[in-house]
Amino acid sequence: MIELFSQINGAVSSFFQINTYLQGVIIMMCINIIAVLGMSVLTGFTRLFSFGNAGFMSIGAYTAAILTVQFKVNFIFAIIAGALFAGFIAYLLGSITLKLKGDYFLITCLGFGECVRVLFNYMKGTTGGSAGYPGIPPYSTMLFCVICTVLAFFIAWRFIHSKYGRNLTSIRENEMAAEAVGINAFRFKRMSFTFSAIYAGWAGALYAGYLMYIVPNSFNLAKSCELITTTVIGGLGSLTGSVFGAIIVTVLPEAFRALANYRMLLYGLAVILIIMFRPSGLYGYKEFSLKRFIKGIINLPQNAKLFWERITGKNKIKANKGDNGND
Amino acid sequence: MLLQQLITGISVGGIFALLATGYSLIYSLLDFSNWSHGEFAMVGAYVAIVFSNLLGLPFLVAAAAGVAGGAAISFLCERTTYRRIRSNGAPNMFLMIAAMGLSNVLQQAANLIFSGQYRSYAFRLPVTTIQIGNSYIGVLDIISLCITAVVLVLLIYIINKTKFGLNVRAIASNSYAARVLGVRVDRTIAMVFLLAGSLAGVAGVLYGMKYNVFPTMGNVGLKAFIASVIGGLGSVPGAIVGAVLLGIIETLVSAYISSSLRDFFSFALLIVLLLVKPSGLFGVDVQDKA
Repeated sequence: MIELFSQINGAVSSFFQINTYLQGVIIMMCINIIAVLGMSVLTGFTRLFSFGNAGFMSIGAYTAAILTVQFKVNFIFAIIAGALFAGFIAYLLGSITLKLKGDYFLITCLGFGECVRVLFNYMKGTTGGSAGYPGIPPYSTMLFCVICTVLAFFIAWRFIHSKYGRNLTSIRENEMAAEAVGINAFRFKRMSFTFSAIYAGWAGALYAGYLMYIVPNSFNLAKSCELITTTVIGGLGSLTGSVFGAIIVTVLPEAFRALANYRMLLYGLAVILIIMFRPSGLYGYKEFSLKRFIKGIINLPQNAKLFWERITGKNKIKANKGDNGND
Repeated sequence: MLLQQLITGISVGGIFALLATGYSLIYSLLDFSNWSHGEFAMVGAYVAIVFSNLLGLPFLVAAAAGVAGGAAISFLCERTTYRRIRSNGAPNMFLMIAAMGLSNVLQQAANLIFSGQYRSYAFRLPVTTIQIGNSYIGVLDIISLCITAVVLVLLIYIINKTKFGLNVRAIASNSYAARVLGVRVDRTIAMVFLLAGSLAGVAGVLYGMKYNVFPTMGNVGLKAFIASVIGGLGSVPGAIVGAVLLGIIETLVSAYISSSLRDFFSFALLIVLLLVKPSGLFGVDVQDKA
């Protein structure tokens, strides 16, 4: 099965002239996109914060790794099992912690993520401890990851635009009002939390198959922070924005190797500036649409002029009124 | 042996308490967890390093500079970032995200400027121990404990007995009403940031004396945050109790069970406590209003 996939992958990549390095970048991009999509559903659409998603990634990664190495399970089932197991844990955790409010929920997530990391470091028998878990079969080929990403985006898109997704958005906007019209906020928050954990587990399982070797410490608090950062940069409340955010955050450091040391510094600055000046993120609450994009390009000179006027402070009212594209 | 562990635990808890009270003060006023608070301590410690190791000034001057540095960075963050976000009328979550970004920026900036290496103060620190019975108690622990106690008593005095403290409590209870009654809210908030930042500076210098100074030392802020959650977010006495409790538990767990499970115990304690008493030990349960 793995051979078959890697052969097809080889054929596709040689057809498109994609070398191994570029494949690696694309795989990392796909993994980030999947994890960030989960985060986006949770943070962008439900306005719940989780600093524990790296913990769910870790659970997914280790489940998939142990299943493929020790039990010789087919990798597709291993990935599904990893994702579902992460979701199951999130369901249990959410059942008990989602009743807590705002910051208290967040801190339990954070605590959970750190607990997972410390436990995986401690359980040397099953996880290999801090020395890592080696010998995972390389099932995350580029083609497979791209297929996974497309599937993940499709599912998330359908989910957000379904009845459930609208319920989540209503909870984001005003939880009390949502409850007043008969939405069981607790149940839908838990659904959103589980959904995001399944995505995190999925991304983690792919990550394990790409690196072929995992250590608990690569799923630390910094990883959770990075996921949130990416979601914020992409836009709180936009799936396409999250995808673009993940692409930017993965590709930029590769494109500017010289800036690698400044990477996290620049992310931090980007987050602060975005929150200060454009709190809805790059894409805001809008989804990417080709029509608006083309319209934006056609109107680019005009919009640029309006934008310049807005920056320099001239013509404030007119600029706000006329600015309807390229946003 | 137990006495020794207890003293160490309380002195570690004292450092947590200095930071945890900062979290509580800011939370009580602005309803958000200032994630970059641990980084203020880190900045304070580095300022002290610059003054004592690079400029060669006496340690007390360097320590004072460290405290001032912590206060300055905290004030700067409030003036440049938090105030602007507040005036946008953005939800509190955005303040928290910005704080996370700031914490990233400060940590990485320290990493780039000072490199990742561990530094210690050039000042010769008292490393001797006092023997009581069969336990050895570090002089440094006792000094740190005394400084912490004095600072915390001072803080509680400021909050409970001065006009400024009254303003702080007024804003914490209802910022709109306080503004109507003539409390200068923005100014008081800035002052609280100064105060919290200087507490963080003290914590940073003490932590740097006890361990070392390194760019990720701000992560101790996470422990302090847990402590303030255990005590109940927004309650200063709660933060102190929670911090000392956490310090003792951590020391005892790493002494008697396993040092690699230390963090597991503190986080598990946190989750269990929140499930049993969702608003922390001293917290007030606030209901949503429509």
